[in-house]
Amino acid sequence: MSKNEMVDVLIIGAGASGAAVAWSLADTKMRILCLEQGDWMKPTDYPTNGRDWEARRYTDFEISPNRRARDLDYPINDDNSVMKIANFNGVGGGTILWTAHFPRMHPSDFRVKSLDGVADDWPISYWNLEPYFEQNDRMVGVSGLPGDPGVPPHNPPMPPIPLGRTGTRYGQVMNKLGWHWWPSDVAVATRDYEGRAKCINLGHCTPGCAHGAKASADITYWPLALRAGVELRTRCRVREITTNEHGMASGVVYYDPEGKEVFQPAEVVILASNGVGTPRLLLNSASSRFPNGLANSSGLVGKNLMLHPWPQVRGYVEDEMDGDRGPMTCIWSKQFYETDPERDFVRGYTLQFMRVTGPASEAIQSSLVGHLPWGRDHHRVYRSLVNHRLQIGVACEDLPEEHNRVTLDPVLKDSHGIPAPRIDYTISANCARMMEHGIARATEILEAAGAKNLYTSRTLLNYPGHLLGTCRMGDDPERSVVNAWGRCHDVKNLFVVDGSIWVTSGGVNPTSTIQALALYIADNMKQRLATLFD
Amino acid sequence: MDGLTKCGLSADELADFRRIAGFMIPADATYDVPGADDPLIFADIASSLGVDREDVRAALTSLRQFAGCPLSDMDDGRAERVSFEFLAQQGRPIQTLGRMVLAAYYRDDRVMRSIGREPRAPYPKGHTVPDGDWSLLEVVKARAPIWRDDRKA
Repeated sequence: MSKNEMVDVLIIGAGASGAAVAWSLADTKMRILCLEQGDWMKPTDYPTNGRDWEARRYTDFEISPNRRARDLDYPINDDNSVMKIANFNGVGGGTILWTAHFPRMHPSDFRVKSLDGVADDWPISYWNLEPYFEQNDRMVGVSGLPGDPGVPPHNPPMPPIPLGRTGTRYGQVMNKLGWHWWPSDVAVATRDYEGRAKCINLGHCTPGCAHGAKASADITYWPLALRAGVELRTRCRVREITTNEHGMASGVVYYDPEGKEVFQPAEVVILASNGVGTPRLLLNSASSRFPNGLANSSGLVGKNLMLHPWPQVRGYVEDEMDGDRGPMTCIWSKQFYETDPERDFVRGYTLQFMRVTGPASEAIQSSLVGHLPWGRDHHRVYRSLVNHRLQIGVACEDLPEEHNRVTLDPVLKDSHGIPAPRIDYTISANCARMMEHGIARATEILEAAGAKNLYTSRTLLNYPGHLLGTCRMGDDPERSVVNAWGRCHDVKNLFVVDGSIWVTSGGVNPTSTIQALALYIADNMKQRLATLFD
Repeated sequence: MDGLTKCGLSADELADFRRIAGFMIPADATYDVPGADDPLIFADIASSLGVDREDVRAALTSLRQFAGCPLSDMDDGRAERVSFEFLAQQGRPIQTLGRMVLAAYYRDDRVMRSIGREPRAPYPKGHTVPDGDWSLLEVVKARAPIWRDDRKA
């Protein structure tokens, strides 16, 4: 095995959190290296460059790594999960295959035990993270409208995306019902911003933005981090984190692009590999000193997986809507976000109002659920569907349960022979009641909008790709994996900055909070450099 | 037609596939659209199978077993009836076959024009989205905050 020169900080994973922590730590002038198992993406490779743009969502830009099966992906056994795992392996990570919806967690999300008597409080609050949310909004380039009564005050640096026909229709209906709505915060540039061009409404944001208006981490944080001296090596897959005789992390063993085993020594190791990849790596790093996996004296590495159940309700109106033109999510509602004792569940959800899909996707999805017939009536029915769809997603808070977990599959391995993760996950009774409440409200909204032909998907489209909770943070080493600033209780030079450190999930897309947390942890590390391992 | 020879399906499989595709989405003069068995569209379907080829092949094998003979041996009425009965069975291979037909059909220039879209990729021209009616937000702006402030709990 070859051995590289020692680095000060080694980051594993170049996605949303790895990029943010690399950029923040760069000003320390330490030698920082990031290893990423995927590669750089080229805007010219994104689907919207070609006529087959919709078909590629089912092949090389499929959100499931099992179906996508690029050589840079690793397989995941999610057979025993009602929800399937979505991710992307590359510089930018999940932000490559991402709709760029950018809500923050709410203050109450950090206090669920104190406020609602469930799960656990976080060891930090929204207010600890607030300056990092602001910093991240500026770095990423967020578009939105100040003044939303549904969330704490904040000032997105760019104006909101257009409401369009679809958003206007939603707004009319929500006003009729007397329910809250507001234009969503999105990580899409609505004007030229820090070298990125403004959105031209390609409409197909999720599988990569060919125009560069979507703020994937490869075009936001990474160019700045590289310019500041961070080194990023791609196509390097880490097999395990090694430890020394003092129980400290000594570095990692990885496979380089030629498949050779390399030892990379490091003073500090930071995991930024998401809520499935991080516990997988810790469990794969078991040794005689750490027989149950690294940093796992609590037994909680891999446990408390939260995936955000995300039912969808759709229907069709008579007049033409935006269809696939424009960013997919246009407004949100926080009407049902906070706990209401009158309901039969605690916590709540965000309603997300969508513009939806292109011509082929409409046909495929409608055919699958029996709304679009084969044969002579196909064309007439199709024309009543395409560009007429309204669709509402119910982003449910998923509370932690230890039986929802990531373990190592005893059989499945990746292309380097490294044991693959296995997912065991069920939806809790509280969450199931929350889903039904959200489905009923979404149905009410669509019916009030005059929509017909309603269809509810409870799990069919349930691939939000939010991988949270498997190395939770906390003050008690027996009930958590990392402390309040991301350092593993068991290994004092090992940090985790990705979604696995979440204590609860909130009812929002997580990327904004993941990146704010990464910046917060990086700042804590910088403030404690002299005593980092105490 | 290069896609037909390189797609990895046999001539018999392609013949059944093309016939069922024509029943699934027939040509329609009302909308001025070809069927999915149109030579250009079917060549696009066949050349796009990629990782889904084995699922499509499995569907075509099941179709042959279900029909008891090649669709080409049946008259139009019987072949169409058998095809729809087969498609109603669902299952992953049949769904994949349907997806392959639809994904290629709904990018054909003639079909795109018929549904009022320019036949092009989204990039680089993009689309125009109307700004919408922002005055609708005035009533929402007037509401008191509804988020829960944990500092006051």
